[in-house]
Amino acid sequence: MTTVDSGAPPVRATAPERTTDRPPRRELGVANAFSHGFLLLWAAMTLLPLAWLFLSSLKDNGEILADPWGLPGRLRLDNWARAWTTAHIGRYFLNSAVVVAGSLTLTMLLGATAAYVFARYDFRGRQVLYYLFVGGMMFPVFLALVPLFFVVRNAGLFGTWTGLILVYTAYSLPFTVFFLTAFFRTLPTAVAEAALIDGCGHFRLFFRVMLPMARPGLISVGIFNFLSHWNQFLLPQVLMQGDESKWMLAQGLNALAVNQGYAGDYAQLFAGLAIAVLPVLVVYVAFQRQIQAGLTAGQLK
Amino acid sequence: MRHGRFPLIVSFLLPPLVLYGVFVLSPYLQAFQISTTDWLGYSAQADPVGLANFRTLLHDGYVWNALTNNAILLAVVPVLTIVLGLFFATMLTMGGRKGRAGVTGVRGSAVYRLVYFFPQVLSVVIIALLWKEIYHPTTGLLNGALRSVGLPTPAWLGDPRFAFWCVLAVMVWSNVGFYVVLFGAAMQAIPRDIYEAVLLDGASRAVMLRRITIPLLWDTVQVAWIYLAIAALDGFILVQLMTNGGPNFSSDVIGMRMYDTAFGSETKFGYASAIGVVMFFLTLSVAVLALRAARRERIEYS
Repeated sequence: MTTVDSGAPPVRATAPERTTDRPPRRELGVANAFSHGFLLLWAAMTLLPLAWLFLSSLKDNGEILADPWGLPGRLRLDNWARAWTTAHIGRYFLNSAVVVAGSLTLTMLLGATAAYVFARYDFRGRQVLYYLFVGGMMFPVFLALVPLFFVVRNAGLFGTWTGLILVYTAYSLPFTVFFLTAFFRTLPTAVAEAALIDGCGHFRLFFRVMLPMARPGLISVGIFNFLSHWNQFLLPQVLMQGDESKWMLAQGLNALAVNQGYAGDYAQLFAGLAIAVLPVLVVYVAFQRQIQAGLTAGQLK
Repeated sequence: MRHGRFPLIVSFLLPPLVLYGVFVLSPYLQAFQISTTDWLGYSAQADPVGLANFRTLLHDGYVWNALTNNAILLAVVPVLTIVLGLFFATMLTMGGRKGRAGVTGVRGSAVYRLVYFFPQVLSVVIIALLWKEIYHPTTGLLNGALRSVGLPTPAWLGDPRFAFWCVLAVMVWSNVGFYVVLFGAAMQAIPRDIYEAVLLDGASRAVMLRRITIPLLWDTVQVAWIYLAIAALDGFILVQLMTNGGPNFSSDVIGMRMYDTAFGSETKFGYASAIGVVMFFLTLSVAVLALRAARRERIEYS
């Protein structure tokens, strides 16, 4: 890059002679001020709603009604306590955590094993099975909704966490397998062959050699799946009706919003939403690079 | 070396295949079959009616109304999102003036990227509920601002003229950041010397963007288009939580129609499945069309 330094002065030196250079430069200045304005505007449009959410969660209902832009008179953390216990946001939060922990583990395990077989072993019907699997990415989940309801009910899994875990996993498999198959293909064959020659069994090879090598791919697709499971709304809404104590966070928040419509307790709704946003915000700021890379890598492949 | 292959293949492939077959494949296949019956929900009674559901669909004004909205979403959301995404990504990766050949981002681009992307990690439910409050006619952030400068304060989501566009705006708002990062990553991959050479030849930035960046980014734009088109055909969660399709069906979408037909006031499972089948083919054709339309000569630069 040191050569660039010597390359720059000539450009400058020729600038005064070439009059055509000047207009674009001024134009650029105006364009830049304009573009910076837009950048700032969009940043404000992203931050403002969230800042407003947190501020409102600390106001009381009177303040919320009086002035949407006002600051809270004092910090009313009891809103948060009320949302956590009275509106059961705490319980829904834990429910979601349990289900997502289960479904994420299962998705990664089954997705990795299937992808590994597709990527590394040749057998009859491999192509057909692979496309059958990956084709699932293309289907709108709506089409399956009605029959899925009955499949889950007939399996005795309606309204259970096990049911949700299995369904989340099944619907995440196509993308996970697609992504990880491509990833396993990129891993060097030499290592695998050497291990087999050294007397390593196929199972040992997978768990001891291939899986650790695939870590970057597993992390990417893992983040993707974590967010999509955590943010799931449609499937629990259909498969987890009834027993409120087992609801997912999204359902709980929705119920809180509906109740707020009757009770007029805005502060509690804002506090509930803030509780749901906060951990995501913290995790996101801490791991933003991995999260951005993981989420976009899936689309670029 | 071939010893032990077979047990591995079977034990690694069977569990995911069974799960996928039971919970994904079989419901999809059943849906096609149910769409040709007059099944009314929880009773076992379901008689085959052939394509009658699809014929009803053709004359169902509510379905057409919803489809019209989906068509508007399909035309507006991808274009707006991609244009904004490209613009911001360009600014953030090569808008800075400090770089010798103009190939660095503006100052603070890392912060912008951090902020812009955040809506992407929020759950759609949170986004929907938050924006519903922002649009609230009396306590909302938006009308609070309008009131303070003395402008009229509409009932946004309660007004048939605005409700749909309010939802559309939220859809764009929540998606842009993702495409800023996606396009940004693709732009980073373009070799810097291409830009340096073009700049030395005296090209302006607009020309550079049009002639160099966008053609080199075309693959990514195409992928973005497909994802956004599929999202625009869905839009169900935002609509259901923000407006429930109203007021007076003004913000209805096809997903909402189907959900309502199956799990709403009535349980017309046969008819709902027919709507689902239509959605399936629409999504499929949009994806295929997008791939066809966007196909260009692939440019390799590595």
